[in-house]
Amino acid sequence: MNLDYSDDQKFLKDEARKFLEARCPPSVVRGVLDDPDKSYDADLWKAVAEQGWLGAAIPEVHGGLGLGHVELCALAEELGRALAPIPFASTVYFCAEAILTAGSDQQKAHTLPKIAAGEWIGCFATSERPGPLSADTLEATVRDGKLSGVKIPVTDGDCAGFALVLAKENGRPGLFIANLNEAGVTRETLKTLDPTRGAARLTFDQVPVWPLGAPGEGMDIVEAVFDRAAVLLAFEQLGGADRCLEMAKDYALDRYAFGRPIAGYQAIKHKLADMYVKNELARSNCYYGAWALNTNAPELPLAAAAARVAASEAFWFASKENIQTHGGMGFTWQVDAHLYFRRARQLSLVAGAPATWKERLVGQLDRKNAA
Amino acid sequence: MDFNDSPEEAAFRSQVRAWLDAHAGPFRSGSSMAARRPSHDELLRLAKAWQAKKADAGYAAITWPKAWGGGGGEPIQQVIFNQEEQKAGVAFPFFTIGLGMCIPTVMAFADEATKKRFVGPAIRGEEIWCQLFSEPAGGSDVAALRTRAERAEDGSGDWIINGQKVWTTGAHYSDYGILLTRTNPDVPKHKGLTMFWIDMHAPGVEVRPIHQMSGGSEFNEVYFTDLRVKDSQRLGDVGQGWQVALVTLMNERLAVGGASGPNYREILELARTTLGADGPAIEDRAFRQRLADWYVQAEGLKFTRYRTMTALSRGQTPGPESSIGKIIAANQLQDLTNQAIEMQDQFGIIADPSIAPMEAAFQQAFMWAPGLRIAGGTDEILRNIIAERVLGLPGDVRVDKDVAFKDMPRGV
Ligand SMILES: Cc1cc2nc3c(=O)[nH]c(=O)nc-3n(C[C@H](O)[C@H](O)[C@H](O)COP(=O)(O)OP(=O)(O)OC[C@H]3O[C@@H](n4cnc5c(N)ncnc54)[C@H](O)[C@@H]3O)c2cc1C
Repeated sequence: MNLDYSDDQKFLKDEARKFLEARCPPSVVRGVLDDPDKSYDADLWKAVAEQGWLGAAIPEVHGGLGLGHVELCALAEELGRALAPIPFASTVYFCAEAILTAGSDQQKAHTLPKIAAGEWIGCFATSERPGPLSADTLEATVRDGKLSGVKIPVTDGDCAGFALVLAKENGRPGLFIANLNEAGVTRETLKTLDPTRGAARLTFDQVPVWPLGAPGEGMDIVEAVFDRAAVLLAFEQLGGADRCLEMAKDYALDRYAFGRPIAGYQAIKHKLADMYVKNELARSNCYYGAWALNTNAPELPLAAAAARVAASEAFWFASKENIQTHGGMGFTWQVDAHLYFRRARQLSLVAGAPATWKERLVGQLDRKNAA
Repeated sequence: MDFNDSPEEAAFRSQVRAWLDAHAGPFRSGSSMAARRPSHDELLRLAKAWQAKKADAGYAAITWPKAWGGGGGEPIQQVIFNQEEQKAGVAFPFFTIGLGMCIPTVMAFADEATKKRFVGPAIRGEEIWCQLFSEPAGGSDVAALRTRAERAEDGSGDWIINGQKVWTTGAHYSDYGILLTRTNPDVPKHKGLTMFWIDMHAPGVEVRPIHQMSGGSEFNEVYFTDLRVKDSQRLGDVGQGWQVALVTLMNERLAVGGASGPNYREILELARTTLGADGPAIEDRAFRQRLADWYVQAEGLKFTRYRTMTALSRGQTPGPESSIGKIIAANQLQDLTNQAIEMQDQFGIIADPSIAPMEAAFQQAFMWAPGLRIAGGTDEILRNIIAERVLGLPGDVRVDKDVAFKDMPRGV
């Protein structure tokens, strides 16, 4: 048994941290936050592409590094810690994984090298309305190879070059590749809780699309992709949650009240201990998820759900209690605590809310134990 | 990351399974159905015989040196054995405190002759040990203890011990114990302590079982009246008892940890067969959300233990992550059993194993969980430990640090 990063993976992670500390300090995140016309940081995107990170888990034949998914998890952890304001998750965790999972050889050859090189930003367009995703309520429709309908919200829909769109064809859900530079595509940037990760409403009017995977299997593919993305997102959440605990700890040690550091008061100590407990539970579940993802284990759906639930809870708790630990300062725009609070919410919704995942988890568990 | 057994681990596991298949049969305590549940004495007899069998095969203390009667194996092998032993239904609780906490302390501080005398019999289950630390005056603050050890006036070098311990698990069936005493009340509390091993059958030791809120009597009061012990029974130097106790307590954190008792599997099973307002409880959305949380916690703890094992198998010191175990396990047990009882509605009040679902496992654990949140460090003390030792936050304000023990403020 081996439930930790290898030395090489640790090295990669350390290097990634140094790289992001230099290239993605909070000022870069705020550059996107404060500029309504900016949906991501293009320089950081370029730099990350040059590092080869976008293709970390893409096979070498398709222009990637062919490292593996544990390596990608290690990078995700650092990207989450740094709050990297780039369309990494949409492009890599969702789109590349979807194409690797369900794409034809031709589709892989056509798209993956562009993704690995950072030339193609992707987005994953499933949601249309409030409430959990359901095939029954889908309205976007493909007829004669042309897509019409509205997708909202689509993370990175404002900057992406292509979208993977869930839509009905002949009454059954399918997944389709759409080029967003085609005529008939309208994008409208949305105001969201986390402006450091852009999102848009995408309207399609008779846009030609390319089916990904077999007809009628759209929901199955989306669920399979969500399982994979959930593990990777969980590592971003874990990285963010760890950083919140560090921030809270550093502040609590420096801040004095009633003649001593607030870190000496049990109400604060126990709060931070609780953060630690949740973060470690999340880390353990994440590692198991990484293993399942990397080996395509049959346990992946259950492992992914557990990682997502644990990491969503850890990041939510750490991000809100980090603000609390900072007192009035925590409530200011100037302190970075709210950046994490925003990202925590964004990450825990983007592949479906924790409640939805708990439901998936119990569904899996129920089937497994009944079997 | 690799989650499967390595080839060596897999080989060890199948070797263990084969051995358990061949030997465990007669030691299973039978069905846990109330009517056929073995008496405590019968269970103890079975446990001792089983322990001897394990010792013969090198499975009783897998990681300890062979010279001491152990198996000379790896920590991961101990984990694998524990898993398989649990599955085979022959894991007994009686030796955890002795082998997990007391004997490691003896190994660290006793002379060779003493070690030779005690280690083997403990491994073979012939002698059971208990931990005599907590007192009415202090459990969390165990260094506030008052049991006095004074040199005998006859010049023999012996010690005379008077005082009282409390909450001593297993004292009523233990043969030996490690006893923390105060030898000097004129110095601050941590500096005036000394540790001894004692014979629980010696004159001057009186064990009185405590009737627990759960109904059982696993722990005891232990009174010492002019108990005479030899200076050679001292573990560590005079006045160094706190340092010795820390070794015991460090081992406690490794030994305690996983809670036994019903977990998400059992409550899932219960929810399948219990009808709620709109069909089986397992279909209730609110219940499913909580079930997911319990599953995630239980898996998180399991994988946290695997992370510790990974560090050990790489020859590294495990990180502090194992400190989260008991807080989570104890609170989950309380929350989960409470929910299982509530699910049964009016029926949930029934604690009779021959009537209540799952032989009243939930009701029993419900009455036990409060103790688990206290034993081996309370929730609050464990949070303090994580905050101070793991996160490096300051200690609480202390009014007792530089005060002689005898001048310390005290309550009842
Ligand atoms: C089932 C069981 C088995 C046990 N077995 C053994 C055994 O074999 N050997 C042995 O020596 N002991 C044993 N104990 C004793 C156990 O270690 C103590 O009960 C425990 O450490 C708490 O001490 P206390 O009972 O004196 O409670 P107290 O220390 O008086 O605690 C009372 C409350 O005050 C809180 N508190 C205390 N100090 C602080 C602080 N600094 N900050 C915040 N809150 C604080 C506690 O968390 C608790 O909520 C056992 C206990 C139980 C329940």
